[in-house]
Amino acid sequence: MRRTVVIQPGIPSMFAYYFQLGLRSLRRNPMLTALMVMAIGFGVAASMTTYAVFRATSNNPIPQKSSQLFAVQVANWKPSDLDKGEPPNALSYTDASNLVRAHKALRESPMYPVAPSVIPADASKMPFNASAYAAYSDVFAMFDIPFLYGGPWGHDQDQAHGAVVVIGKALNDKLFGGANSVGREVDLDGHTYRVTGVMDTWNPQPLFFDPVNTQGFGDPVDLFLPFTRAIDMQMQTGGNNNCSTPADSGWDGWLRSECIWIAYWAELPTAADVAAYHRYLTGYAAEQQRAGRFTWAPNVRLRNVTQWLDFQHVVPPETKISLMVSLGFLLICLVNTVGLLLAKFMRRAPEIGVRRALGASRGTVYAQFLIEAGAVGLAGGVLGLLLTGVGVYGVGLVFSKDIARLATVDLSLVALTVLVAIGATVLAAFYPTWRAAQVQPAWQLKSN
Amino acid sequence: MLKMTHLSKVYRTEVVETYALRDFNIDVKEGEFVAVTGPSGSGKTTFLTIAGLLETFTGGTYHLDGIEVSRLDDNARSKIRNEKIGFIFQAFNLIPDLNVYDNVEVPLRYRGMKGPERKQRIMDALERVGLASRAKHYPAELSGGQQQRVAIARALAGSPRLLLADEPTGNLDTQMARGVMELLEEIHREGATIVMVTHDPELAARAQRNVHIIDGQVVDLGEDPRFHAHAARAVDA
Repeated sequence: MRRTVVIQPGIPSMFAYYFQLGLRSLRRNPMLTALMVMAIGFGVAASMTTYAVFRATSNNPIPQKSSQLFAVQVANWKPSDLDKGEPPNALSYTDASNLVRAHKALRESPMYPVAPSVIPADASKMPFNASAYAAYSDVFAMFDIPFLYGGPWGHDQDQAHGAVVVIGKALNDKLFGGANSVGREVDLDGHTYRVTGVMDTWNPQPLFFDPVNTQGFGDPVDLFLPFTRAIDMQMQTGGNNNCSTPADSGWDGWLRSECIWIAYWAELPTAADVAAYHRYLTGYAAEQQRAGRFTWAPNVRLRNVTQWLDFQHVVPPETKISLMVSLGFLLICLVNTVGLLLAKFMRRAPEIGVRRALGASRGTVYAQFLIEAGAVGLAGGVLGLLLTGVGVYGVGLVFSKDIARLATVDLSLVALTVLVAIGATVLAAFYPTWRAAQVQPAWQLKSN
Repeated sequence: MLKMTHLSKVYRTEVVETYALRDFNIDVKEGEFVAVTGPSGSGKTTFLTIAGLLETFTGGTYHLDGIEVSRLDDNARSKIRNEKIGFIFQAFNLIPDLNVYDNVEVPLRYRGMKGPERKQRIMDALERVGLASRAKHYPAELSGGQQQRVAIARALAGSPRLLLADEPTGNLDTQMARGVMELLEEIHREGATIVMVTHDPELAARAQRNVHIIDGQVVDLGEDPRFHAHAARAVDA
């Protein structure tokens, strides 16, 4: 009679038993163990350090909305002035103000960076420049900006060119000692602005709303003020501006010019909204063409946050290259680990023969040796973690300060480092384990 | 208990077929103590490894404790090895990194036995071979005789139906060999079935029954001319 029986000892207790054997095995040949642990540790650390940088630079800064927020581009320059046919990466004042007036999106706002002087009420303190943006009030809800106190200014203030301001937490701490400053006044460039709200910590990285002027990374925004007010106050952009033809003199000449300097964002929750807005933009450009302002066919773009960051090359190419190189290094380390594990396991062929004779199935041998490899991987992971810490600390030697400070060792990187080390080692152990499981117990026992 | 009928084991290469066992027949009853003798290369160890399910065979049938084993998969064969068979090897085959206690524990671990029962069995087996006080010692810290006793304790701990011993005293001096042999006899008196492969006619004489293998076949000691030829060569030498 044929009977098929499968050994099913308690899985947790066997796991613990094999793990214990694995730890003993680490001590068996310290030199071989040290080589494997170092190979895994260095390989994983190199990969995790470069991954920490890559993760920081390629982070989705607003994941809940990144597919609904769109950077708007309209070609107001003739095709020969465009780079590879792409519309300029900002709008002229004419287009920005036309679009915001039409208000075809759920929320939308032109915005540009300004750097007003903040004059503290305490005369003993020196004025300083704030990192600020002029925008419409839609920007707060559109970017999910959190508030500590108060809230955005109203749409009426946009229309009224109101002297209002939303300040950041850091500025509020600096000016008001962290107190609720709603209703209080801030002096910008010698003009008084009323605080309507204080932002809670808001520092999306990359700075998706303005990669053109920040290269994607930088300090949190100190304050927002109404776009209309900034225009009234003739606040010049603190960022880039580009002109295909010279602007007329004076502020009005600048506003009438085809110089581009204003970012424009629209919130379009559905695909239908995106399509409708794109039709509207195309129609708008066609209208400009008919009016004789554009002498070329409509050329407009809508790019969501990730597309926009990609288009602006926010992720430095060297981070991708170093990640690829370090992954290649990890692969080489793993190939070495395969050889070392093979040597380690095959030296134990007699033991495998004995274990098989005493009742270990091939599957049991697989389990034992893979878990043992996992123990090696765990040790490599611990070393890798320490080296990753050192590597992340030294990122500033290779990358810019703004990027270096974003590369951090957090809980997820710790977990990933250990998991990659264990996973990679177990993967490397498949072939050596397979070879170990093929050991013929009879031959081993005879040869003894 | 162990019955092989017309069993054969052929090792094939591209140019030659070598019969390690040919038309091999043996029937070991429950509770027997059988010594298997024969010259080197006669197939004794091949028989033992097939009997212990460590090796497959080419033809014939093999029933172990009523189970026809030829078509069993690796898991089933491993389970039978673990539960029904105890091995004692000439070279002891203890795992050097494990102490005495952990060596004896190995088959019980594979059986999935719970901790308290496992501990009881290990200590019982070690007391049985007189080595309970050496539980924390490593094999390298023991004499050859003590190592073989540990191997016997390991084989006994799982209460197997069949003990397979391959030259169990081959690596021991006379005094140690006598002690191990007395232990095997005692185990047999308690009801175990033992099949022992040996070169030593003195040891073989202490078994209940002798089975002689020549050229991969069991031969009748009284009639087979090959046995007499072999015996004559042995005398000449």
